[in-house]
Amino acid sequence: GWLAAPAGAEPVNDDLVIDGEIHMTTRTKAAEGMPFDEVLSGWLFRTDETRMLEADSFQNPGMLYVERGEELWNKVEGEAGKSCASCHGDASKSMKGVGASYPKWDAEAGRPINVELQINNCREKNMKAEPYKFDAAEQKALTTFIKHQSLGDPLGIDLAAGDMQGWWEKGKDLYYKRTGQLNLACASCHEQYNGKYIRADHLSQGNVNGFPTYRLKQANMVSLHNRFRGCIRDTRAEFPAAFSDELMALEVYVTWRGTGLSVETPAVRQ
Amino acid sequence: MISVRTMLAAASLCVAASVAAAGDVAPGAVKFVDGEVAGSLTSAAGDPAAGRKYFADRKLGNCLACHVNGDMSEQLFHGEVGPPLDGVAERWTPEQLRAIVANSKAVFGPDTVMPGFYSLEVGENVRKDLVGKTILTAEQVESIVAYLATLK
Ligand code: HEC
Ligand code: HEC
Ligand code: HEC
Repeated sequence: GWLAAPAGAEPVNDDLVIDGEIHMTTRTKAAEGMPFDEVLSGWLFRTDETRMLEADSFQNPGMLYVERGEELWNKVEGEAGKSCASCHGDASKSMKGVGASYPKWDAEAGRPINVELQINNCREKNMKAEPYKFDAAEQKALTTFIKHQSLGDPLGIDLAAGDMQGWWEKGKDLYYKRTGQLNLACASCHEQYNGKYIRADHLSQGNVNGFPTYRLKQANMVSLHNRFRGCIRDTRAEFPAAFSDELMALEVYVTWRGTGLSVETPAVRQ
Repeated sequence: MISVRTMLAAASLCVAASVAAAGDVAPGAVKFVDGEVAGSLTSAAGDPAAGRKYFADRKLGNCLACHVNGDMSEQLFHGEVGPPLDGVAERWTPEQLRAIVANSKAVFGPDTVMPGFYSLEVGENVRKDLVGKTILTAEQVESIVAYLATLK
């Protein structure tokens, strides 16, 4: 028979402690101006099995990509003959907390950038190497490695820098803008109906603190802009390019919505 | 130039796909009066057996994405974004059900998340191949309404 989605299925009441050591904030008071009292990690909306995979770093398949990212961190590439480590040394020190503070204002570009674009900046300017293409395996692995150095740190972006506030506003507009033939906004699913099942999927608040995430369905890492594009595509709309102004504005705004949640990268999702 | 040509190409695609079968009421011409659409959108009566299939089909109604329906116990996973549809024919008349399925916003207001299945009031940036097209045809709406009318 059909699985009655448990009536008004709530997120679970459970604590995420990685390897029995690192206590994660998966539930916290929402930032001033948020429509919720509490912001919740997507982890709380996943099944027992999926949650357990994330809590054990030996079982978390995303940890293989962290290892791959560490290799890339130390790999010399490009005409300058340098690796990331040549300049930044031990990532567990130099990159600690960095992933929790992106997107950041990039004065030179005059727009916010995310970790993927910061990596490309360093590859082009400092290594004289080719930038990674969107969703190249190396881009996902190195981004996962860098964000993982902030495991457990609270998301917190600086909206006072440059015109971050303007981008936040633009991201907010997009969050509430209905798109596609199905005429749905991000808020339709993640604000109005989080906690409910949409067919087999338990809708979360759509927070970004686990990205890149390991998705069991795809048996692969999924980048944030890939997820955004998938959600927009599901409304039967044309979706913006990765790293476009639209998706960068959304990243700024949605990251702000999750302020205070621990970075979980690599989170495990269904 | 290019954009004009793409527009024309897109327009002709729409015409091919959304021209209603002879006798269908066009999406823009459906009359909503007090939350009801009085007459059939086609010249024929809906087929409840076909409607049952359209209801479950993920590419058509995909109604189970959001609604529990006890009559479809053979299907796994019923969503719960909207109310369960068990006994829905006792709560709404066929004229009201037609209005809800054709354009739920005309009944529940603009904020409902339920898509309008025979409506051109859609969101922004609609996928190019779907511009000017409705989610369901008039016949599919009529058949789904005929099916809903059996849920007593
Ligand atoms: C030749 C030196 C050099 C190399 C090689 C280099 N970087 Fe950088 N990186 C810098 C400098 C300089 C900055 C800017 C520091 C600043 O002003 O914030 C920076 C900034 C960063 C930041 C932002 C830190 C923050 O606090 O926001 C990240 C992330 C980063 N680099 C990652 C990488 C990665 C990954 C690689 C290899 C693919 C790499 N870098 C290679 C010099 C380098
Ligand atoms: C039709 C419903 C729907 C819409 C509209 C939608 N999403 Fe989602 N989204 C989902 C589902 C289902 C999932 C997977 C389950 C979950 O985590 O909520 C998901 C997952 C996500 C996740 C991953 C959460 C995690 O913990 O891994 C993010 C981030 C996200 N959505 C952001 C957005 C944004 C931003 C928009 C608008 C541009 C949007 N979504 C629009 C249905 C939707
Ligand atoms: C994306 C979600 C979604 C989808 C898909 C959807 N609905 Fe709904 N439906 C709703 C919501 C939400 C309501 C409640 C109205 C409201 O509060 O906005 C609703 C209400 C209804 C009602 C009134 C029920 C009652 O008892 O009051 C009917 C009938 C209905 N839907 C039929 C359908 C049919 C038939 C389909 C498919 C062709 C469908 N719905 C697809 C979300 C959805």
